Amino acid sequence: MTNRRDTLKTLGGLAVLSALPGLGLAQGASSERRLVFVFLRGGLDGLAAVPAYGDPDLARRRGDLATAAPGEVNGALALDGTFALHPLLPEMHKLYRSGEAAVLHAVATPYRDRSHFDAQNVLENGTAKPYGRDAGWLNVALAQAAQRSGGVALGASVPLVLRGPAPVTSWSPSVMPSPDPDLLDRLGRLYRDDPLLAKPFAAALETEALMEGQGTRDGGRSGRGAPVAVLAQAAGRLLSQPDGPRVATIDFGGWDTHANQAGELGPLARNLRQLDRATATLKASLGPAWRHTVVLVVTEFGRTVAINGSRGTDHGTAAAAFALGGAVRGGRVIAQWPGLGDRDLHEGRDLRPTLDLRALLKAALAAQLGTSEAALETQVFPDSRGVPPLEGLFA
Amino acid sequence: MNPLDAVIAVNRFGLGAAPGEIATAAHDPRGWLLAQLRGPAPDYPQLSGLDGSEELVKEFPRWLMKLRAERRGAEDAPAQGTPQPGVEASFAKHFLPIAAKEIGARFGIAATTAAPFHERLTWFWANHFSVSADKPAVFAVAGAFEREAIRPNVNGRFVDLLLAAVKHPAMILYLDNHLSVAPGFRAPEAAGRANLPRATGLNENLAREILELHTVGVNGGYTQADVTMFARAITGWTVGGLTDTGFRFAPRRHESGPKAVLGRVYAQEGMAQGEAILRDLAAQTSTAHHIATRLVRHFVADDPPPAVVDRVAHAFVDSGGDLPVVHAALVGSPEAWAQPLAKLKQPIEFVASALRAVPPAREARPEALFLALREMGQRPFFPPSPQGWPDTAVAWADADGLWKRIEWSSALAERVGARVDPLAVAESAYGPALSGATRLAIARAESRQQGLALVLASPEFQKR
Repeated sequence: MTNRRDTLKTLGGLAVLSALPGLGLAQGASSERRLVFVFLRGGLDGLAAVPAYGDPDLARRRGDLATAAPGEVNGALALDGTFALHPLLPEMHKLYRSGEAAVLHAVATPYRDRSHFDAQNVLENGTAKPYGRDAGWLNVALAQAAQRSGGVALGASVPLVLRGPAPVTSWSPSVMPSPDPDLLDRLGRLYRDDPLLAKPFAAALETEALMEGQGTRDGGRSGRGAPVAVLAQAAGRLLSQPDGPRVATIDFGGWDTHANQAGELGPLARNLRQLDRATATLKASLGPAWRHTVVLVVTEFGRTVAINGSRGTDHGTAAAAFALGGAVRGGRVIAQWPGLGDRDLHEGRDLRPTLDLRALLKAALAAQLGTSEAALETQVFPDSRGVPPLEGLFA
Repeated sequence: MNPLDAVIAVNRFGLGAAPGEIATAAHDPRGWLLAQLRGPAPDYPQLSGLDGSEELVKEFPRWLMKLRAERRGAEDAPAQGTPQPGVEASFAKHFLPIAAKEIGARFGIAATTAAPFHERLTWFWANHFSVSADKPAVFAVAGAFEREAIRPNVNGRFVDLLLAAVKHPAMILYLDNHLSVAPGFRAPEAAGRANLPRATGLNENLAREILELHTVGVNGGYTQADVTMFARAITGWTVGGLTDTGFRFAPRRHESGPKAVLGRVYAQEGMAQGEAILRDLAAQTSTAHHIATRLVRHFVADDPPPAVVDRVAHAFVDSGGDLPVVHAALVGSPEAWAQPLAKLKQPIEFVASALRAVPPAREARPEALFLALREMGQRPFFPPSPQGWPDTAVAWADADGLWKRIEWSSALAERVGARVDPLAVAESAYGPALSGATRLAIARAESRQQGLALVLASPEFQKR
């Protein structure tokens, strides 16, 4: 078996490539602007990640599961007089202080029931309805981008948000040896006419060539369950290449914290640590491209304001979201805080949404992909004229 | 008779053709399938050496105690520079050998069974009632869940399958029902020592997923109030601790009193109340439709044709959820036989079909299969959510997924290719469904190894 790096160098020269429908990454002028979409699947507890410590009702609602206020032992990291970050998010806090992170709160999609799967589907398909469309808003926007962009999914298989008319690729680390170029050439001839596999095969060849064998045999978990920092590293590598894609999605599951969520070994702590590390890794891996990058960190819904019977939280409505990157005018919290009093809650149990998540997504697409307002409100997010993009958030 | 029928029977409904299997099925492809729906589940020797869930459920608390001891040791000896053992590494070391046994048995059966349709149905139903080791306590019992709750009921009634799945420790632990208790319940002091999270009230996780995923479906007409009431009805459905293991009903944790779910009031006391609700859910027409949709997606097309869904749903309703009748309705649907290779194999199906088609490949160690499937995006026992693994091509036919299949095909062919005739493998697996281009490419391969890699990575071999 050949050395992986040598193998991949020869991939670009494969005769079969010219006959395959590729990503078209090497054609046309590429945009400087990058967009990374990080999907926290399972429902991030916004009140834990971004505690509103200035709201006296928070401690009452959360009891001994409330994060300690800024200044106390293991206290939260203050953002302003009202909001703070969970103490396990120091890297994100650094970005906030250097003006490269904005925090949004009481945010929700138009979906108001409590099914993960329907909620994720709504967030991804861009319509206001579960299964409203078989394509995702990010792909629809990519397909219309004036400058070639290209999309890559890291981690899970291509998520709905990145599925659609525009060709995209996917990548995760591997511990297996790279196949022989001659085999790939022969296989390419078989895939060439296959309507299902021709595009993924060509995209895989292009992506492997861009990765140049990096990220393999990293010693840690590989495959699609790889630690999110490993995926962030790869996203940065691919997006920073001159011929690389300009849009990446990172799928990060495990936020459905129904039980014992505050424990040191609990799922929330584990995930927040990983998220924070991945944030720093992504910035480092992007290098100078970070300056032109927007990273959106979002979830399908928040969790109940009250703690449930097993020291966790159940499915809720509004949550927190993050916009990170050198192209973000950060250092501020964007929230019209609805309060946590008895009459403030949505259906008496959840944080009430006061900001439509699509306002954030639209603003990011307009800034990073140049998507027009007309396209945003008719095609990318159909029937969304009533939700204007957030203004002034992106440079 | 259409010669493609046997190819569809063994690949679409079965787990991929073993040598000679197409010929066996060719006499009567439908009859070959229907025969697998009768009688009890096959008695596989691979399952005989495995522990039951009542034993395996102890592994998680055992590991927690071990971890605590390791950590204490690390704190006592900082001067010697003892590294703090990583939690994840310690977890993998404890649980991977257990998982490897289960994977060995599961793929040992898949590679050789003479009833592959029954086995595929076992996999389908285990995925319908997904449990995931994303909850660490589930890892050790996830295999036992399939053996104990799913496998014995595949040729039985849906209601019995539902009751067995919900009452299994793996499901209780996965969806937190051991932590869902009547208001005002106080755990005895011992619970704290056993390191169980304190439970002081309701957790609606299991109740919601039973409604949304296992029975009536998300459009089944239930409200938040139904979820809450149902959750209250199944408080007390829990698992024992280190000594008193397995599923049990704990009356002190149960909230008594009548509950209204989907417009019906349940006045039963104790476990009978939750059972009555489950029995009624199993009999709802929305359940029949929800189940039929998932079955037709698995066996016919990613976009389930409504006529087939209606036919299978009717079979469900008319038979009172008798699964062999429901499964036979799939076999009896002409749409299922209209087009060969209409479904993309999931990675587990791809691997199983390779083991069936290439006997020397069955020497693979379970640990290697675990790693390969993880690379391909389907890490055994770790479905991404209670919804289970996706069942459509769009979820699996992406660049990375395909690349990993090619890598695995190539590595496997390097190892065993010298011992097989690649063209014979391709012919016996796909027969008349093999394209001329693929046949030619295999014939022209520069070595047996390359030929076998081409067979396994070919477009045909990715489909069923």
